[in-house]
Amino acid sequence: MTDKNSAADFIHRQSFIELDARERATALFDAGTSRELLGPFDRVESPWLAMQGVTPQEDDGCVVMKGRIAGHPAVVVALEGAFQGGSTGEVSGEKMTAALDLAYADSKKGTPTSAVILLETGGVRLQEANLGLAAIAELMGSILLLRKYAPVICLSAGTVGCFGGMSLALGLASYVIMTREARLGLNGPKVIEQENGIDEFDSSDHALVWAIDGGEQRFATGLIDALVEDDTPQVVDAIRRFVGNGVPAVHRSTQVELFRSRIKALDTSRQWDPKELRTLWTAKSATEGKQ
Amino acid sequence: MSEFTGIRGTVWFRALTGQASPMPGDPKSVLTSDAPIGKEQARFLCVVPDPHGRFPCARHGEVGLEEAYTLAARVREVIDESKNTNKRPIVAIVDAKSQAYGRREETAAIFLAAAAAADAYGSARLAGHPVITLVVGQALSGGFLMHGYQANRILAFDDDGVMIHAMHKAAAARITLRSVEELEKLAKTIVPMSYDIRDYAKLGLLYKLLHVENPEKPSAEDIRNVQNELIGAIADARSGPVDLRNRLESKGAQEMRKASLLVRSKLEAQWQETR
Amino acid sequence: MEQIELTYPAKRAVPKRAHVGVVGSGDMEVLLEPAKGTSAQVSIRTSVNGFGASWKAVLDRFFTKYDGAARIQINDAGGTPGIAQLRLEQAVEASEQ
Repeated sequence: MTDKNSAADFIHRQSFIELDARERATALFDAGTSRELLGPFDRVESPWLAMQGVTPQEDDGCVVMKGRIAGHPAVVVALEGAFQGGSTGEVSGEKMTAALDLAYADSKKGTPTSAVILLETGGVRLQEANLGLAAIAELMGSILLLRKYAPVICLSAGTVGCFGGMSLALGLASYVIMTREARLGLNGPKVIEQENGIDEFDSSDHALVWAIDGGEQRFATGLIDALVEDDTPQVVDAIRRFVGNGVPAVHRSTQVELFRSRIKALDTSRQWDPKELRTLWTAKSATEGKQ
Repeated sequence: MSEFTGIRGTVWFRALTGQASPMPGDPKSVLTSDAPIGKEQARFLCVVPDPHGRFPCARHGEVGLEEAYTLAARVREVIDESKNTNKRPIVAIVDAKSQAYGRREETAAIFLAAAAAADAYGSARLAGHPVITLVVGQALSGGFLMHGYQANRILAFDDDGVMIHAMHKAAAARITLRSVEELEKLAKTIVPMSYDIRDYAKLGLLYKLLHVENPEKPSAEDIRNVQNELIGAIADARSGPVDLRNRLESKGAQEMRKASLLVRSKLEAQWQETR
Repeated sequence: MEQIELTYPAKRAVPKRAHVGVVGSGDMEVLLEPAKGTSAQVSIRTSVNGFGASWKAVLDRFFTKYDGAARIQINDAGGTPGIAQLRLEQAVEASEQ
């Protein structure tokens, strides 16, 4: 990860965030090896949106591509944050799950196939409510299956970030990458403010939002595996590295005793400055075989 | 639709296990007990309100940080002790308000706690333990994803006090910029948006909808019937694969999840095409 | 939700299909595909009702310059005529590459 912040570097950066889902997915693959599956011309759209006066998108906001990353077979699933906030509906959810199941089938037959999931999402698409929620549960089941054979890598680059039920899917991943601009949490600040008041979370306080949910904080507290600049070559490098690492020895979401003891040690009588957790939580964390 | 009271979890936990206590050292919001079901000893788990809990945003039946990691630990205990022996059943009794919405929770990464709980249940299922979920009240959103939704088989009471959904009506209305009345009207014609458990049952995700005479004060017969249904669900789980494919193979899925089935078959066909 | 259908004469074949855009707020996606025959078919699905005349004006203007026998589908979530024009031009450019 570069320390350079010179103007020249900044100008020459190729923003990954400015790319749409299709462009982001394409960028990850070895040149000439990728093809899209169930693209817009297959016209498998949501059966639930038009009847509610919401214009569907032909790929339902989920791009599936298959190819090679650093020479290894891989499937990339990219959520389009600009369509319905990247939320999970019946079709977009099933595209993700079925893609991972196909990677799992290939992996079991002897061709380990990694999955890279690009998450710009607020979670369940409320216009499809129970089918969106069920889809996330099924995706989680498929992540548990695939990650024994090949790494499942999640990336959230922004601007939407990763919230809601999809943050649980991310929590099951083998490796997680974020940019500083991205945010990660189960409940978004607005929802917390609505449920428990502005004192609990002032969602208009952007500094607070990023101090808690931002990529830098999540990395500094050992909850994700890499923090990258908003620069396509850097993002691609990080993904290639994790694909090459293979399955980690331990997945973060199985380290129950470690995190349970950390929660026990917290003084819940007050709110904390998120920075306090940075020293407390970087002792022994994360999975092995990284960075 | 009734308000969440948080009573049903405790009532049914006691009915099925004979007691309603956490394990030593655990927070009072997670009840765990090993109790007989049929000829086996199952581990029963339930999240209940604890008004004196350490986390202010998790005192009324929400599934928060402590609840999630406690569930994960108690489920993993069963996996670890059963490595070379009989895979005993795990029963999640669900009546939880939602996940916990709080600043402490987000700071301390509740997303990971939730993932850890779901991981434990899902891993138990993949290791061969029949994981059965009994929804006796509310099963919402992240709370349900982490406690209940990784089960082999899901049962729910056919009752107005039972609700499975992605978000409470008031919050859902606010976020989708509609009134609650508009939302209810939509929910009547769009099955996946419905708050009625009978509509949820049409989606093919439930193993069974159970009729119980008195869900809040079950009779001996009520309890016996539910136990028999659990025994049936356990046997049914053992008779099938350990993954979640049964959810798409159900009659409900054939009727209500046609798009999912189309996605699956088309994706498989395109995946196999030569590069 | 409104569905608008328009037909225009065409003189030549379309080289290849193209897709541009996202159905985001104030935006649209355009799918452009080769069609048989000597006309172009446009189907617009929009969540903003009452702008039929505006859509026709944009498409009329577009087809004064474009003569491909295309099937064009537009999924719109409130894009302006300016955005529609841009997306159509992008689709044509991608199709002719």
